[in-house]
Amino acid sequence: MIEVENLTKTYGDKTAVDHVSFTVNKGEILGFLGPNGAGKTTTMRILTGFMPATSGTARIAGFDVATDSMDVRRHIGYLPETPPVYPDMTIESYLDFVARIKNVPAARRATSVTDAMRKTNLEDRRSELIKRLSRGYKQRVGIAQALVHDPDVIILDEPTVGLDPKQIIEVRNLIKGLAGTHTIILSTHILPEVSMTCDRVVIINKGKIAAVDTPQNLTSQLKSGQKVRLEVQAPADALKSALAQVSGVSRVQVEQLPSSAHSIVTVETAQGADIRSDIAAKITGSGWPLFELRGVSLSLEDIFLELTTDDATHAQPSVN
Amino acid sequence: MQSFYAIYRKEMGHYFVSPVAYIFIGVFLFLSAWFFDNYLGLAIEQALRMEMQGMQFGMPPDIDLPARVMGAFFGVLAFLVLFFTPILTMGVYAEERKRGTMELLMTSPVTETQIVLAKFLASFSLFVLMLLPTASYLVFMFLHSDPVPPWRLLLAGYAGVLLLGGSLLALGTFISSLTENQLVAGVLTFAAFLLLWVLDIGNSGGGSLGIGALLGYLSIIGHYEDFTRGVIDTSALIYYFSFMVLFIFLTVRSIDSMRWRRA
Repeated sequence: MIEVENLTKTYGDKTAVDHVSFTVNKGEILGFLGPNGAGKTTTMRILTGFMPATSGTARIAGFDVATDSMDVRRHIGYLPETPPVYPDMTIESYLDFVARIKNVPAARRATSVTDAMRKTNLEDRRSELIKRLSRGYKQRVGIAQALVHDPDVIILDEPTVGLDPKQIIEVRNLIKGLAGTHTIILSTHILPEVSMTCDRVVIINKGKIAAVDTPQNLTSQLKSGQKVRLEVQAPADALKSALAQVSGVSRVQVEQLPSSAHSIVTVETAQGADIRSDIAAKITGSGWPLFELRGVSLSLEDIFLELTTDDATHAQPSVN
Repeated sequence: MQSFYAIYRKEMGHYFVSPVAYIFIGVFLFLSAWFFDNYLGLAIEQALRMEMQGMQFGMPPDIDLPARVMGAFFGVLAFLVLFFTPILTMGVYAEERKRGTMELLMTSPVTETQIVLAKFLASFSLFVLMLLPTASYLVFMFLHSDPVPPWRLLLAGYAGVLLLGGSLLALGTFISSLTENQLVAGVLTFAAFLLLWVLDIGNSGGGSLGIGALLGYLSIIGHYEDFTRGVIDTSALIYYFSFMVLFIFLTVRSIDSMRWRRA
């Protein structure tokens, strides 16, 4: 449904998007993940025809975004970074306006508007002025606006920004419900969002694609190197040198808890080796009381940080 | 066509849901009525004085009162238009860009020309709505004049104001499309209007010089004066229509170039 090839966008000497290529199949939800300024918004703006690419091609529903822009625009719904709403309009009249400029036939317009409001839970506030709405409601109006003409492709730039946790869940469910009949690209810098809603993830950093895969594959890919977390009552320095002697250990990080004599240790191991029992033996053999020992697998967050920061040591392990 | 009408309707709604249009039209009508009343009073006073002088010297009074009032009134109308149109156009694109709604319009199946024409026509409609009631002043004066002056004079005068206003609106919307800041757009528009206005001075200073004549031809007010005397000059028509077409075209190009600029 969406084919992007070597898409590049430069502003002067700054490259915002650097030879990006990916495809999205019909009915799929693709997550665009990256830190702020990674080029997510620029890529989306090129796909929607808002700005042209410097080089490379993008096709949506078989139409080239540069040469068949009008056909592309008929097939997409787009939520920009800031919801494009007119503060002086009511929700209903605004959606009616959008339906008109998106060429929804007059006979279907009223139902289209009502459907979009129902999907985004805006029905009970339909005649309220948009300027009186909270940030979260404005965001929902923005999403409704992207759906109102029932487009094949929906492009959402940070759809859950500004929403409260309950609304975030609603929007995620809404997006998941749209998949299958609609092809969706959404961008976010919130990791759980990607693993919860997306079929595939594109991790983008500094304009370049760092990885494209399913959230599951990305997580398992980096599991090869294991981490072990320990809580031991022992002096930090002695603990560090003792653990470094265990074969298979690649890195040891010790943190002394301020309130007690306990230390929190993170041990990184070489690939494939399970040395949890060796570590336990070493500690009990040294006569230190062992309070906790567990294996830690890398989360999407670690993968993200590993791929997007130059210095991988910043990656903090989190517990699964 | 549907999109064109939708944008036109949205623009008109935007003027009328906020107090903008009401304040705008109200203030304009108040000022124009005040000026008209003043001019009419002055002209009548003058006519009476001349009539008395005429009786003293035994000569019949020779004064075309409606023509005098009309000349002065259309002059001040043009002046008011100069002040009011920048306010009307300064937000047309500047606000749309600032709110991010330009992104919606430009990713919808609507051409730039449709957007620009719909917006121009909306501002022109408001301008006509603001101007129309002022015709009632003149209609009353005409009906109470003896003999009734030819209605052609009235029509020519209003044709002139509409053409002048349309040209200024086209230029104003173009300037609005260049910036995200409403205030900047307003100030620049006003400055541009004034410049076009005073080009005439170059003409009256050294009329025989080629440059003076050229500047005079470019002045937006020079062509207007013919209309206020009831003359519809083809060269003035050509001037105003090409002025409008030029700036509408430039606005389309400017909107289109937004895609290449960093938004």
